Amino acid sequence: MDSSRLWLLRPFGERSTLIFLGVLLAAVTLVTLLHVALPPGHPLYVNAYTVNLFGKYLSYALLAVAVDLVWGYLGILSLGHGAFFALGGYAMGMYLMRQIGDRGVYGHPVLPDFMVFLNWDSLPWYWLGFDMAWFAFLMVMLVPGALALVFGFLAFRSRVTGVYLSIITQALTFALMLAFFRNEMGFGGSDGLTDFRELLGFNLRSSETRLGLFLASGVALALGYVLCRAIVTSKLGRVCVATRDAEARTRFLGYRVERFQLFVFVVSAMLAGLAGALYVPQVGIINPSEFSPLFSIEIVLWVALGGRATLYGAVIGAILVNYAKTVFTGAMPDAWLFALGGLFVLVTVFLPKGVAGLLALRLRRRRDADGSFSGKEASA
Amino acid sequence: MRYPPMLGPATAGARAGTDAAEDERTSQSRGSWLLALALSLVLVLGLSITTPAAAQEAAPNDDVAAMTLLEALDVDSFPAKGDAIDAIVHSDDPRARDWLQALLDGRLQRAGDGRFVVVLDNTGRDWPVQDALSGEPLGQMSRRELDRIGINNALRNQLRSAIAVVDLYAADVGLRRASAERLLGEVDGDLAGPLAEVIEEEPDARVRGRLVQALAIYRLEQGELEAIDDLQGSLHSRVRVALNRATNGDDPIVADAAREALNGIEQMLKVNRAAETLYFGLSLGSVLVLAAIGLAITFGVMGVINMAHGELIMLGAYTTWAMQQLLPGQPGLALILAIPAGFMVAALAGIAIERGVIQFLKGRPLETLLATFGISLILQQLVRTGISPLNRTVITPEWMSGSIAVNDALSLTLNRMYVLGFALVVFAALMLIMRRTRLGLEVRAVTQNRAMARSMGIRATRVDILTFALGSGVAGLAGVALSQLTNVGPNLGQNYIIDSFMVVVFGGVGNLWGTLVAGLSLGVINQVLEPWAGAVMAKIIVLVFIILFIQKRPRGLFPQKGRAAEG
Repeated sequence: MDSSRLWLLRPFGERSTLIFLGVLLAAVTLVTLLHVALPPGHPLYVNAYTVNLFGKYLSYALLAVAVDLVWGYLGILSLGHGAFFALGGYAMGMYLMRQIGDRGVYGHPVLPDFMVFLNWDSLPWYWLGFDMAWFAFLMVMLVPGALALVFGFLAFRSRVTGVYLSIITQALTFALMLAFFRNEMGFGGSDGLTDFRELLGFNLRSSETRLGLFLASGVALALGYVLCRAIVTSKLGRVCVATRDAEARTRFLGYRVERFQLFVFVVSAMLAGLAGALYVPQVGIINPSEFSPLFSIEIVLWVALGGRATLYGAVIGAILVNYAKTVFTGAMPDAWLFALGGLFVLVTVFLPKGVAGLLALRLRRRRDADGSFSGKEASA
Repeated sequence: MRYPPMLGPATAGARAGTDAAEDERTSQSRGSWLLALALSLVLVLGLSITTPAAAQEAAPNDDVAAMTLLEALDVDSFPAKGDAIDAIVHSDDPRARDWLQALLDGRLQRAGDGRFVVVLDNTGRDWPVQDALSGEPLGQMSRRELDRIGINNALRNQLRSAIAVVDLYAADVGLRRASAERLLGEVDGDLAGPLAEVIEEEPDARVRGRLVQALAIYRLEQGELEAIDDLQGSLHSRVRVALNRATNGDDPIVADAAREALNGIEQMLKVNRAAETLYFGLSLGSVLVLAAIGLAITFGVMGVINMAHGELIMLGAYTTWAMQQLLPGQPGLALILAIPAGFMVAALAGIAIERGVIQFLKGRPLETLLATFGISLILQQLVRTGISPLNRTVITPEWMSGSIAVNDALSLTLNRMYVLGFALVVFAALMLIMRRTRLGLEVRAVTQNRAMARSMGIRATRVDILTFALGSGVAGLAGVALSQLTNVGPNLGQNYIIDSFMVVVFGGVGNLWGTLVAGLSLGVINQVLEPWAGAVMAKIIVLVFIILFIQKRPRGLFPQKGRAAEG
């Protein structure tokens, strides 16, 4: 097989990927149809708010896939992926801020409102270029990628692993949160960036744009999933799994472990940034709370609940937890932290393989009963 | 201290002899000086004893004279009132200080029948009063019958310095000291003469030093070069103000000398500021050590990341609050009882966490991290719904509030000092437990090589439980201490958990000395950076510093050596 050229297409030969893509496509199509084809009064009608909500879940799902890539296949428990997500979100937010133009409260042609409020007279240098969509969209991936590159280079080179790495990733996102809370940073301080109007000329408040963002999130999730799947099924992915299971042994076999780690970490950070960029226009705000350690650790819970090292498990987990969050915070806000805390404990103690593990178990049992058990699939 | 160099040879000589002899001599000479100059008043009991005959004989005449003095106050013109105040100051009436104070407070009033009275309590419609001359209570008087003797700001200042002079003859050192403080920068030509005399007589070195400075400020204002010698090395802000003013004076020699003295003072201020930064840094560091040391034990021994550690700290703080609720009116006793109680509450909670969750996650540190994080969320929410989402007030007992003034520029707050001491005591106790007890021996054995320790007959599970209880209990102690420094609320633990991890990682896991050094040095680094970069930036810099430090030394400042290091 000509694997070197077709590695990106290889996932399409897998059943699990096809099932995942099929389910995703079906779900997205269903939501779109129920939104577009049905009249607003119909009991099955999906309103714009719900479409928006689903779009948000899909961007979270992409983030969870990014975390699963490093945690599930590389054994790096990153408690700072929220930072990459938020950086991507801020890059998108800066573009959206520039699109407001002179329609802000103060009506300044160039400066966003908060800068006028701070009596700044010109844009800081790092805001330059964000009025151009292509530049901003590039930065959405490049900024988180660059941070991951520098951070990962330092960390992996000196073989910081395990809980140490987890803690310093947490410190990273905590430090960034403190920094972005400062007004002098030029990112709107604790209020963050908000009051967006349009994206590429489309009004962000119209339901068509929301549907478009929902579809874009679905497409991004599908592409991200296929990319990650391609990575983990490639030779590189196998080295990653070997690193996860026995880092020292892999190193002794002659692999430069830190290079593999760094590559996958950077890819993951860029995907997280993309997820953030899709998230921001859908919720209409980005503020430093996305950097909070609590959010980052919540992402890990999504993956843990869904099941590590499966990728589709991460998607299931992200959607389940966030759906539960929407329901809980609406119905009984006090109970949400109890539920979340309880989930952490229950999942780690009773469901080490997550929901995906449960599914696989049932599947295997059925196959055992059919007598068509194959060793290869059981180990996967 | 810094007083001796400021004393002139004459005043230093006056200190010769035993204390008793000196006291007697000073009061005698003070009395004679009073009589001879008739400049100020006899009001303190000790002084009236030296002149009993005069005071008794003079009594009837005095009331007439006193009435005249007071009547002079009841005029419309403020300058005239000022003269009347001067007259009172210069009379030697023993009641003068009370009159002046009452006048300053607006309580010296004139009744309808012409008598002068002092109002004791001016709330309500009828006010209890006493006769200004005899001091006898006159019962209640309607406020309509009374006529207040008004003063303006200039008179207020005059009264304050007049009272200060009067106070300089008080027997109580505290009163004299306070009065001398007030005089700094307030000395004028009228006061300078008597002040020089007072300095000669003053037995207390600190009061004398202050008076010398107060006088020197006046002398400096008069353009006297030698006055600067007396001001050299003083850290009081008013001295600096006076010197600053002198640098702009007409006389270039005095201005230069003042500038030089100011430079010297600036240097000393820098030293003091550095000392203050160090103190705050050590204080912050001691908090970090307290918060992190329990974590260092559980992390080091069991390899367990307990994300709920911060909430155990919170439990300790809430225990303090609960104890104070149980013992209203005795915050000190409650605080002391909270030390064992906080330890027990947190230790029991720790045991529950270990038995309930952590034991099932052996050998899976990342999962343990997540599970304990879940527990921390539950504990936080429990406090929020069970007690209140708002901060609780924990009272600081009297013996812990206030501060010790080392000098004019440096004062150390007592509560921080207690916490610093407490942290060191806790550290020493833990050190003893680890080094000198059977438990400590077993803990160290399990830390180094679990399998080998077990094969030697150590019950590792029991050690796990006890270690976790110990580490959690110490977190509870940290909470008790923190309740004296910060707000006690559901987020208390969250604010410290990341810092605590940083300390443990920085110091090296499983090393108590590392935790101590790391905690204290991070505290100091933070405080040193703060004035330069701002509080938030300082914190960010420290975090980035640790992130970079970990790259260089992945096992911390004091890494474990040998096989135990690979774990």
